[in-house]
Amino acid sequence: MTTASAVVADDSEIQKKVADVRPDSWWHLPATTTVLGAVALVLFGLRGIPGAESSFALARDGDLNPLGIVPEQITVPSIGTAIALAVIALVASAGLWVLHARVARPRPAARISLIAVFAAAWILAFMTWVISERALDVATLLQGTLALAVPLAFGALSGVLSERSGVINIAIEGQLLFGAFGAALVGSLAGSAWVGLLAAPVMALVMGALLALFAVGYRVQQIIVGVVLNVLAIGITSFFFGTVMRQNPGMFNSPMRLPTLRIPVLADIPVIGRVLFEQNVLVYLMWIIVAVLTVALFRTRWGLRVRAVGEHPRAADTVGIAVNRTRWINVLLGSAVAGLGGATLTIGTGVAFGEEMSAGKGYIALAAMILGRYHPIGALLAALTFAFADSLQLRLGTTSAAEGGVAIPGDFLLMLPYVVALFAVAGVVGRVRVPAANGTPYVKQ
Amino acid sequence: MSTAVADPGSTGSAPGVGSGSTGTPPPPEEQAEARFAQMLQKIARGDLLVVVMSFVFAFLVGSVLIIIADEEVRETLGYFFDRPSDALTAIWQSVTQAYGAMFRGAVFDGPGFSRIVEDLRAAGGSGTYVLFPALATGLRPLTETLTVATPLIIAAAGMAVSFRAGLFNIGGTGQLIVGAMAAGYIGFTWDLPIVVHLLIALLGGLLAGAVWGGIAGFLKARFGANEVISTIMLNWIATYLLFFALKTAAFTGANQSQPTSPSVSDSAILPSLLGSGFRLHAGLFLAAGAAVVLWWLMSRSTLGFQFRAVGSNSRAAQVAGISPSRTAFLVMAVAGALVGLAGAVHVLGTEKRLTEGVAGSIGFDAITVALLGRSGPVGIVLAGLLFAALSTGGRFMETNQGVPLDLVQVIQVLVVLFIAAPPLVRTLIGLRRVDHPGAGARVLRAQRATSGATQSSSAGTQTEADPATDPSAIPSAEVAAQDPGAPPPAAGSPSGAATDAATDADDPTDAKGDER
Repeated sequence: MTTASAVVADDSEIQKKVADVRPDSWWHLPATTTVLGAVALVLFGLRGIPGAESSFALARDGDLNPLGIVPEQITVPSIGTAIALAVIALVASAGLWVLHARVARPRPAARISLIAVFAAAWILAFMTWVISERALDVATLLQGTLALAVPLAFGALSGVLSERSGVINIAIEGQLLFGAFGAALVGSLAGSAWVGLLAAPVMALVMGALLALFAVGYRVQQIIVGVVLNVLAIGITSFFFGTVMRQNPGMFNSPMRLPTLRIPVLADIPVIGRVLFEQNVLVYLMWIIVAVLTVALFRTRWGLRVRAVGEHPRAADTVGIAVNRTRWINVLLGSAVAGLGGATLTIGTGVAFGEEMSAGKGYIALAAMILGRYHPIGALLAALTFAFADSLQLRLGTTSAAEGGVAIPGDFLLMLPYVVALFAVAGVVGRVRVPAANGTPYVKQ
Repeated sequence: MSTAVADPGSTGSAPGVGSGSTGTPPPPEEQAEARFAQMLQKIARGDLLVVVMSFVFAFLVGSVLIIIADEEVRETLGYFFDRPSDALTAIWQSVTQAYGAMFRGAVFDGPGFSRIVEDLRAAGGSGTYVLFPALATGLRPLTETLTVATPLIIAAAGMAVSFRAGLFNIGGTGQLIVGAMAAGYIGFTWDLPIVVHLLIALLGGLLAGAVWGGIAGFLKARFGANEVISTIMLNWIATYLLFFALKTAAFTGANQSQPTSPSVSDSAILPSLLGSGFRLHAGLFLAAGAAVVLWWLMSRSTLGFQFRAVGSNSRAAQVAGISPSRTAFLVMAVAGALVGLAGAVHVLGTEKRLTEGVAGSIGFDAITVALLGRSGPVGIVLAGLLFAALSTGGRFMETNQGVPLDLVQVIQVLVVLFIAAPPLVRTLIGLRRVDHPGAGARVLRAQRATSGATQSSSAGTQTEADPATDPSAIPSAEVAAQDPGAPPPAAGSPSGAATDAATDADDPTDAKGDER
């Protein structure tokens, strides 16, 4: 029935529990980490393959590597390393127990650093175990992470833009898909990936305009509009993929790629050089947009107005801010940003457009936005987390399991990003403060 | 407030119907005239018109897509200004052929019917010897539509439960897959007596769906995880779980290289209704049952009342002693159970074995069906039949005319979008004015002026003043017109804008007439 109000009320209820009492669920996090740490100790350590070694490839020939500070390859005994890392993870969980047991509301800095230590140790333990008898190229893994994070980050930024102004943006998936479609179609027609790059945000604007029209203009329940628009985007793009693009793929859907821009010298730094400074223009654009958006949202008059509209539209209206116009603009801006993310899927990676090629990335972007607490930087970090899971999955899928190595079924690896997102939404998100008027249409009185 | 709104038929256009004659009885022909004008207004403002026009617009947009996609049309458009007739003919042909094929594939196969009639006549048959086989061929598409509608309706009933409880269960695909997996596994591995086997397989699917939905409900109840995201993630997890299962010996049986399971054993198959030549199976009754269960659960049971209370205002429900988190879990479990049952019915009745694409798009289609049916039982059955007809017709259109099935998806979604925003449809058909109180009177006056001029001129002045200036003359219509944006039945207080917007989309208010 009156679903919108219920959903919003539910979420706001969660954030309103800011009172200084120990929440009933305080033991969830330490308990979870302890269990996970124990699993790591047993599965990755004690039950690992005896005598196996894990290698991490780091520096390469030709890197800027004076005196070989960064070794080319680190090889460690699998079991011993995994046990050591699991113990570190368990120590971090013990720290969390102590921290939570002593004070009702531990300082976020201490808590987060402990969680970070736990996460890093646990993931390293997992990786050590899973690449037993094999080698993992760390730079390639991280490079893939960044590349995969781009569509998620752009999508999450789209969400930040529109949800900060109070419009729930489930339609990120559709915006990504339209961006990918527009980039491939127009890029192919014009014969230039750069034209495609321009077309992607324009195409995604169509989705944004529809979302704004129905959610802001006609005040239809916003989650419904978003879900329905996603299906619409899949339908329209698949339709044209099955007709126009199939009739003449050379003209309408040829694979093309934005050039990789290599920044000299910096790109020669071992490991991180290739990750940060040998990417295409979309990656650099992502850094810029995150920075600009962070400043704009929290340090400018425009940002203050946007946040006011998202928190208390009536108050904003009273002081003369055009609420619905702000929302329209933000939804449109957001969709354009998501369109850039869509461009990453086609011209960014050099593949032709494919049916439903966004494959749920828009929803993961949504999870990244929530996990990132509606903040551009948080969204970027969350996107990187999900992308890391995805990249790891890809690398483990491509490195063939050597004799006696650990083999995880490919389908479970494919599941990995979604499982991580599920856990993130369930475990960490708990107390996110949603913009107060998010999902509530504004009617001027 | 919510329960009153939730109860279909308690408010809405129903009072307006009864209030045709009010005040002192005017002369008979004048009364008839006033009724007629009123009726015109009601139609103009009515929901039926919006629904019909939504379909018209959706199909119009669909035609545009067909035209763009047709190579022949694009060619003729190249020399449009030299010979426009070519382009127009091509456009007309490509659109009518596509939609014609859609009808032929969904409802009645006219050509097939007449072909059989001719064949049998030529062979010397007559009377029922001709009619029945021909009808069997002609109506085969309709049975196909019913077959497709079966899981769709059951799954949509599950979606409706969650929507009416204020939870956006987007996890239809996942719940359907686990339901299908459980039912299929029980169906092809266990060895049980004939009726028991079927019941246990159905129950297995139901429970698996309940567990899968329950996970999202648990995460929502315990950790406040947004159910939209968690259900979508669970969709992907279920999808890959199915892919994985179809690589294991337990699910593929002897032939492990193929990602398909063995056929469900005969004792677990839902019996066919029309013999072996047709796919229609007894799941149809389960679909009808699901609609009844939805009605009983949401309108008659205590549990359903709690669901609706939490959906309308979870804070108020909490104060009244209903635990929103416990309800969230139960809602998702019940919704998941129904969707899981849909998966079981799909496997045991239609598909008869598990494949990687067993769920198809039923999970997402069920969402649109539930939205279009306004989460009410009758609405869902009608919407389910309609969407099933569209997709079976679309499939035929795809093979026969080469128009991709995705067109159907676009049309379905557009219908939902248009119906969710009645003011948009009214604007598009130029009836926006009717929504405004003043303008409403103006329209009325204009109608009166045209029709009244030919009628008796003496009564003309009196009638013109009557409904136009005195709002009480046409009570419900005028009251409804006070609130411009909202659809008439949902016209609540302007301050409850959020509530109104929500009701716009998934509230059964607009479909009240259908539901009762």
